[in-house]
Amino acid sequence: MSEKNRSLNGVITPQRKNEFFKSVLGFIRKNWVGFALIAAMFAVIFILEQILPSSSMLFVVLKKGAIYALVAVSMNLLNGFTGLFSLGQAGFMLIGSYTYAIFTIPLEARDAVYQYFNGGIIKFTVPVPVALIMAGLAAAIFAYLIGLPVLRLKSDYLAIATLGFAEIIRAVFQWDKLGPVTNGSNLLKRFPSFSSTLYPFFVSGICITIIVLLINSSYGRAFKAIRDDEIAAEAMGINLAKHKQLSFTISSFFAGVGGALLAMYQTTVQAAAFKSSMTYEILLIVVIGGIGSVTGSILSSFLFIASSEWWLRFLDDETYIGSFRVPLLASGFRKVVFSIVIMIVVLFYRQGIMGTKEISVDAILRFFRKLFGKESREEAA
Amino acid sequence: MKRAITIILAVCMVIMMLSGCGGGASGNVIKIGVYEPSSGDNGAGGKQEVLGIEYANTVLNTVEIDGKKYDLKLEIVDNESSNDKGPSAAAKLVSAKCSVVIGSYGSSVSIAASDVFKNAGIPVIGASCTNPQVTAGNTHYFRICYLDPFQGTVLANFAVDEFNAKKAYILTKLGDDYSAGLGNYFKEAFQKLGGTVVEETFQEGNSDFTAYLTTAVNEKVDVIFAPTSTEAASLIIGQAISQGVNIPFLAGDTWDSSVILDAAKGSDKKIFVSTFFDEGDDSALGSKFVRDFKKWLNDNPEKLKNNGGNDIVAAVSALGYDAYMVAVEAIKAAGSPDPKKINEALWDVKYTGVTGDIAFDEIGDAIRNVAYIKSVNTSDGSWNFVAIQSVK
Amino acid sequence: MEFINTNLPYILAGISVGGQYALISIGYTMVYGILRLINFAHGDIFMVAGFAMVYLSATSPLYISIPFTIIITVLLGFVVERVAYKPLRSAPRMSIMISAIGVSYFLQNCAWYVTSGLAKQYPKIPWIGDSISIGSATTKIVTVITPILTFILVIALVLLIKYTKIGMAMRAMAKDFETSQLMGVKINSVISFTFIIGSFLAAIGSLLYFTNYTTVTPIAGAMPGLKAFVAAVFGGIGSIPGAVIGAFIIGICENIIKGLGWTTFSDAFTFALLIIILVAKPTGLFGEKSTDKV
Repeated sequence: MSEKNRSLNGVITPQRKNEFFKSVLGFIRKNWVGFALIAAMFAVIFILEQILPSSSMLFVVLKKGAIYALVAVSMNLLNGFTGLFSLGQAGFMLIGSYTYAIFTIPLEARDAVYQYFNGGIIKFTVPVPVALIMAGLAAAIFAYLIGLPVLRLKSDYLAIATLGFAEIIRAVFQWDKLGPVTNGSNLLKRFPSFSSTLYPFFVSGICITIIVLLINSSYGRAFKAIRDDEIAAEAMGINLAKHKQLSFTISSFFAGVGGALLAMYQTTVQAAAFKSSMTYEILLIVVIGGIGSVTGSILSSFLFIASSEWWLRFLDDETYIGSFRVPLLASGFRKVVFSIVIMIVVLFYRQGIMGTKEISVDAILRFFRKLFGKESREEAA
Repeated sequence: MKRAITIILAVCMVIMMLSGCGGGASGNVIKIGVYEPSSGDNGAGGKQEVLGIEYANTVLNTVEIDGKKYDLKLEIVDNESSNDKGPSAAAKLVSAKCSVVIGSYGSSVSIAASDVFKNAGIPVIGASCTNPQVTAGNTHYFRICYLDPFQGTVLANFAVDEFNAKKAYILTKLGDDYSAGLGNYFKEAFQKLGGTVVEETFQEGNSDFTAYLTTAVNEKVDVIFAPTSTEAASLIIGQAISQGVNIPFLAGDTWDSSVILDAAKGSDKKIFVSTFFDEGDDSALGSKFVRDFKKWLNDNPEKLKNNGGNDIVAAVSALGYDAYMVAVEAIKAAGSPDPKKINEALWDVKYTGVTGDIAFDEIGDAIRNVAYIKSVNTSDGSWNFVAIQSVK
Repeated sequence: MEFINTNLPYILAGISVGGQYALISIGYTMVYGILRLINFAHGDIFMVAGFAMVYLSATSPLYISIPFTIIITVLLGFVVERVAYKPLRSAPRMSIMISAIGVSYFLQNCAWYVTSGLAKQYPKIPWIGDSISIGSATTKIVTVITPILTFILVIALVLLIKYTKIGMAMRAMAKDFETSQLMGVKINSVISFTFIIGSFLAAIGSLLYFTNYTTVTPIAGAMPGLKAFVAAVFGGIGSIPGAVIGAFIIGICENIIKGLGWTTFSDAFTFALLIIILVAKPTGLFGEKSTDKV
């Protein structure tokens, strides 16, 4: 009997492991169309990089969008799928980006970067992929430790406590005494970064795939059960504390990787940038995409970044048509329009773009078939 | 589900490509990018620097290369004084195909966007970013003003000479390269002269400086050195007035702003700043610039508003003017709008601007050896010229 | 005596800023008590009050601009509740909180747009902005006024809640939302009234705060707002005296920490305090027992 109980309460059991791998295999077998399309997407980006000048805003948007997509999906795993309202994302991204930067700045550049701290105390570097994983792990370890006291809290108290932790992390990383490691409050730079758009797509793609697999496994079902009704989930034998902790840690792992990618994209890192407004921005991306939809989060990340960095930029510039000055357009107007759109989504389209639904190949094929069928009928008539 | 993302992405991409990709240098236009803050912490100073650049553009807006006349057009973006917004603003300049970029007020944002310009192969001329890290190790970043090690030493010397200072209180902002850097160089120079220092930092968004000032008073320091943004400066001065702190203030180039004059007017505070240029400059070039620039400001109410509502000429406006002229010189010397050629030509540009002679050393910094020290005339809210200080 | 002389300015600054936090935190604690909502936008309403004063006083004398600032702030609080929170009353708590974050984002962006992110100088209010000497320390009169005014306002508020009909309705709703609705309490007007009181106190708080720290920026409300919220949680959310005492503790501790030279951690300390209290005694110092939070 005790044996049975343990397997009910335990989080990782042989059956569940098996099931997880089966779901991986099943996923691949079922979704070969999807994989083909992903390959096609990479090919398209590759070709675009060849034909368009590398300065095109398109690549800025694609790079940053891919990174935000990863961070948004990781936040969605927590907020949307497990129902834990956490506002600590910026803090974990900070840990990730700092870990990445600290361990990859080339030795010869360290004297220049750590100019006030005699070149810092870390005298070795690790390869980029290792540093990316370390970034995730560092964030995950912090998350685990923070989760121990904090995850017992509920909804808004959890939100404010995680927000507080993010602020504390930010202060600690700016502390002068830690300067030999973190460079105090000064910029970290000169670490390796990427130039091709394929790189963030590749890393984010892998990470998001892992998250999706997790959501589709029995762990994911447990998370959703917790979200929908904690008491019922507990009654069904789901160990609340362990599953919450698992979700929190995994989400932070990927936030850390996302932070590292962001560092690579920006080519400099500074703790001061990871304010709570960054978390809010990511939260709003998740809300626009639909809380509980992975594809929604991805879609809205790209839309959000494209609008804020590119499409809506014209709202910030004073524009003249002939000698007539278009009213309202001035620095900052873009953000006002943006926040109005966000409020409209929050108030009237609470489901966001996707709600809890996902885009699937089948749905799209069905859509096209319908469209096509209609057309052919029209042609016949 | 992942499969679906692809389709959506493809659709997005098509939309993007249809909607965007405009711009590009056409026929006879050379674009000069202006990468400056017009909002945020450094917005007030950034706007004044832009004014200098815009004025320069009205003075000289064409350039002749190989008998062909090119129009010079400014492409101005706002980097919001923010290290994370800066790079995307810079990317916008890159995608607009600027030949050369001027900027930025504030060393942090300059460093943050440096790599964006580097990867695009566009040269940048910093007008007033004084931190050595901006140009160090780069071949594309130039600067026409003096550096913080110099400025810190000048101010430390001044503190010792003028006030016989033994102990200084240094207040810097966390996460601001300019502030931390200048504070550090001041400390080094001051300690070398036999002084001791007390250092403290404040967080972004902090508005309560009473505790800092109290510490300074309790430590019985002789001078307070506060290289901060003007926003923090007006708070510090205001609270020093209400607390009756009578220690002289020293600060770097950022405090050379009418914001400081407004804050200190009518009080008995002693405030000294080092800066690049003095409005009372009596050289022919300098006085002509001051006269014409004032007239231009007064003719354009919008510009006057950007200057803080008065026609006091800020040093950064003069530097902005010079940076623009240096950029034009480089375009002429390169004989082409090609950024790479301009970059090469910049190394040998020599130009006599309103702020003095400009030539670049092997790092890309202007060779400068004087700074102006000014003090606030608190009775009528203007600047008093104190001294031209150089380092032995 | 020497010790007092050197440390008096820290304590004075702490008491002053504590009183200002207290006025903001009452808005948080009352709204939370009734709606179980962390009104993230409250700090930004405080900020808007600052800007309203800046712009109004540029065109009109103080005896007009001060009342109008208060009226605008109160109206804003009312409108925010009606537009952004009321439609979501039956939605999950997370949705209302997201809406609150959205409002905060919106107000900050609007302020950024209007001022283009530049700091604005707060007008000098005569008398309370003048300097005064207390023992060895020199400070503004507002430092002395703040705790007194806070005390008076809190007493008035407590009396209002205890002895008036609307106060009774508020208490009833804080205890049991549905039942009080069934008993005929007009919940919408009571909630609006709560927001109006909260915004009114925030406006007074902003007058005092910005007289002390004379620049207003679009993010000027964010930190004081969060700290005031922490104060509310620390004192026991829903309890007005708790919020006030929490605010004074946070204000004083913050300045002592700065005085000790730990300036990097003056903000972080507030959050550390929050987490400690949430984990150790989630109901706060004076909060009533409830099973809702843990």
